[in-house]
Amino acid sequence: MITLTINGQSQNIDLPADTPLLWALRDYVGLTGTKFGCGMALCGACTVHIDGEPTRACVTPISAAAGKTIVTIEAMDQDAIGKKVQEAWLSQGVPQCGYCQSGQVMSATALLKQNAHPSDADIDKAMSGNICRCGTYTRIRAAIKQAAGLAEIKS
Amino acid sequence: MKTSLDQIKSPAEQIDSSADKFSIVNISRRNFLKDFALSGFVLAVGFPSLLLADETATSSEPDKYGADAMPHGWVDNPLVFVAIAEDGTVTIICHRSEMGQGVRTSLPMVVADELDANWLNVKVQQAPGDEVRFGNQDTDGSRSMRHFFMPMRRVGAAARQMLETAAAAQWQVPVTEVHAELHQVIHTASGQSLSYGELAKAAAKLPVPARETLRLKNAADFRYIGKGGLKIYDGQAMVTGQAQYGIDTRLEGMLYAVIARPPVFGGKVLNYDASAALKVPGVVKVLELNSSPPPAEFNPLGGIAVIATNTWAAIQGRKALKISWDNGPNASYDSDNFRAEMVVSSRKPGKVVRNDGDVDAALDKSTQRLSAEYYAPHLAQAPMEPPAATARIIKGHCEVWTCTQAPQASRDQVAKWLKLPEDKVTINVTLLGGGFGRKSKPDYVVEAALLSQAMQGKPVKLTWTREDDLQHSYFHTVSVEHLEAGLDKQGKTVAWLHRTVAPSISSTFAAGSVHEMPAELGMGVINVPFAIPNLRIENPAAEAHTRIGWFRSVSNIPHAFAIQSFVAELATAAGRDHKDYLLELIGPARRIDPRSLGDTWNQGESPVIYPLDTGRLRNVIDSACREAGWGRTLAKGHGLGLAAHYSFVTYVAVVVEVAVDQAGKLSIPRIDIAVDCGPQVNPERIRSQLEGACIMGVSLATLGEISFKDGAVIQDNFHNYQLTRIDDAPREIRVHLVPTTEFDSPLGGVGEPGVPPIAPALCNAIFAATGQRIRELPIRDQLLKD
Repeated sequence: MITLTINGQSQNIDLPADTPLLWALRDYVGLTGTKFGCGMALCGACTVHIDGEPTRACVTPISAAAGKTIVTIEAMDQDAIGKKVQEAWLSQGVPQCGYCQSGQVMSATALLKQNAHPSDADIDKAMSGNICRCGTYTRIRAAIKQAAGLAEIKS
Repeated sequence: MKTSLDQIKSPAEQIDSSADKFSIVNISRRNFLKDFALSGFVLAVGFPSLLLADETATSSEPDKYGADAMPHGWVDNPLVFVAIAEDGTVTIICHRSEMGQGVRTSLPMVVADELDANWLNVKVQQAPGDEVRFGNQDTDGSRSMRHFFMPMRRVGAAARQMLETAAAAQWQVPVTEVHAELHQVIHTASGQSLSYGELAKAAAKLPVPARETLRLKNAADFRYIGKGGLKIYDGQAMVTGQAQYGIDTRLEGMLYAVIARPPVFGGKVLNYDASAALKVPGVVKVLELNSSPPPAEFNPLGGIAVIATNTWAAIQGRKALKISWDNGPNASYDSDNFRAEMVVSSRKPGKVVRNDGDVDAALDKSTQRLSAEYYAPHLAQAPMEPPAATARIIKGHCEVWTCTQAPQASRDQVAKWLKLPEDKVTINVTLLGGGFGRKSKPDYVVEAALLSQAMQGKPVKLTWTREDDLQHSYFHTVSVEHLEAGLDKQGKTVAWLHRTVAPSISSTFAAGSVHEMPAELGMGVINVPFAIPNLRIENPAAEAHTRIGWFRSVSNIPHAFAIQSFVAELATAAGRDHKDYLLELIGPARRIDPRSLGDTWNQGESPVIYPLDTGRLRNVIDSACREAGWGRTLAKGHGLGLAAHYSFVTYVAVVVEVAVDQAGKLSIPRIDIAVDCGPQVNPERIRSQLEGACIMGVSLATLGEISFKDGAVIQDNFHNYQLTRIDDAPREIRVHLVPTTEFDSPLGGVGEPGVPPIAPALCNAIFAATGQRIRELPIRDQLLKD
């Protein structure tokens, strides 16, 4: 039995210690907002915050998450910056299919928490781990800038 | 069923609760109305179009084109699509699958506009798979809006007129004196008004107005259509993690499954040892699924399934399986060898599918002869949500929750495989985390149903891992396009020979098919819109050794890549500006009957209503070039490339700007894409689709390749099947829509037509920047200097 703190709540997880956090969240706890995309930390769909760091839940065993603060997309609207990011996402009409957007929002929120005014290069670095197959990248960039309070350059 | 929609958890449950009644066609009108009134809705969800088939709209066989030609055609009965609760909530059914194109916003928005509903009081409910009731649900071919704009307008208008009639009756005034306006009906003379909720019950007792009596709005009165002012219906759920995709289904007592499928298409299990798998904590059962003989159709591939108490345990169990495979007849499929075979075929005469003038004589007489071969590899659709389905069987009724582009085909297949009557199969359609054609094939839905059956009907969620998705898809074809042209003394193209060689999607449905079908040839090859007097199209044979299927834009991708690259090569050879040369090849503005080009398919649309309009094609080329500043001075290492392509009855031209640095690293500062898709119902979502098409086009052009060795796919995850990421995406995408002036002209497709011209425009830009001609996709490291 491993105890995890997820979105401020303590949860007992009766799964083997090497079970990735992703599957504990989705199948055991029932938080399906964190998405499966690759299982190899290649696509970012499963991004959660562990002690504030954007982390790929699909390769993080629950044993490594025990005792830490885990925050998922389901709690982002209770986070001042997370909420700002979500609002910017809607304002820019970012989502198409929406599937990767949980992870995108988590990565963008982590970026803005660490860097309130990211440059394009900062955005590239923070967001290049998150694949969007629908191709919403230009709007993601615009939404991050909006959330950061930067004017999107339109020529 | 006195209830509100909020209390109804599953749309299918609600609709299905009366499923048995629906099969009774001769249900009496009286009972129909009684149930209707009891529902508490004006226009209750859950009434079958069958009941009204003789008096209202269902599709008819005599027509051959558009929605009329699709299985089960269209339905415009408001009773099927609209429900109004007494609290005023308007629920609109969306019968097409949402996969990112915005259909759950755009189609209900059309209904809401004609109904003059307040969008804030609109709820969208997804239809289960049932085409008899809802009309065609195959969400592919870029046709949801094209085929359902008018039926959905009529749905809204009919519902509005029922409300107006009910109000007029209550006030005892002529119906011509009242009008609906934003969720209420108003009698201007007396200043009275009644809300839609207040009118709900009374309107319920009224007959559906006949189609010819419907008063559709004038375009000037549209509230939502053409405005692009509405936010995506599911947007809030999507950014908060609440949106429900197929993979997110959770049922009480649910088991989780993955399947080890034969690595080679056509292979099967020889023997297996499950003892280690069964020792993995959480694994409940291991069982064999039979492989299916060709053709592939939508049949499961067979293999060994591992069923567990969570997905991870199932995956771990699968890893512990020991399986010997009989790889079958495709065990030697090898992409390098197959490419060489296709090249040989492309250099020999093949089946002639169009022949104008005398190409051989014209080539002989030409001043300059050019030829080029272009290669475009297999691709996997790779939706971010891999295929997934959850099935359970209760008392002989199989209910499925899945992300599918083909709800009715899913239902048909499950019924067939489980030997159940169709009314004992319910397909609940979730959101799709991307589709791109993969989810048009419901093999995974059948797999889930079979696993539930094997588990005595217990709910089983089947998940495809990314490895499964990339190795067992219905792949985009692989092609060699061989082009030859002859130029006269002035550099004008006088002869054009195109041999297209590619395994056909038809092989998936008829084993041994080796030629492209009309729908593939009609994707830009046979209907190439060039005014060249001597033109021959040939299609040498190519055998399929894997499952070939639809990928967003389908055969337009290799065809546009080859044709639009070759035109740029000809322009260079002729010493001409590419844009001028392309316009000259297209020739003057004219409307071409596609049948005169040998294109009998025409995207399924009427050749009269949808001729190939070269004026519109010229116009988007002019627009893209003007907006991109064609001919402008560029920094060193930068280049502009142009391509245009007509597909899904929409005209698209693209100018890509590239920058290639000294090391050969490619970046894309900007893309200008000009689009004429006819009237634009939701321009905001059209823009997003085209932005996405640019990025998917860049992705497939620069990185996309599925290849085979010893019959199996080499790539297995995103490290070796790479997709474009934000740092390599075009930095700026400018979408230029030809302005909509009216809504009476035919609509074009939106989801797919943006993709095909991207690869050639990109490669033409690379040529402009570097002088290097790319004839083989993906570009990958072809530009890198060592």
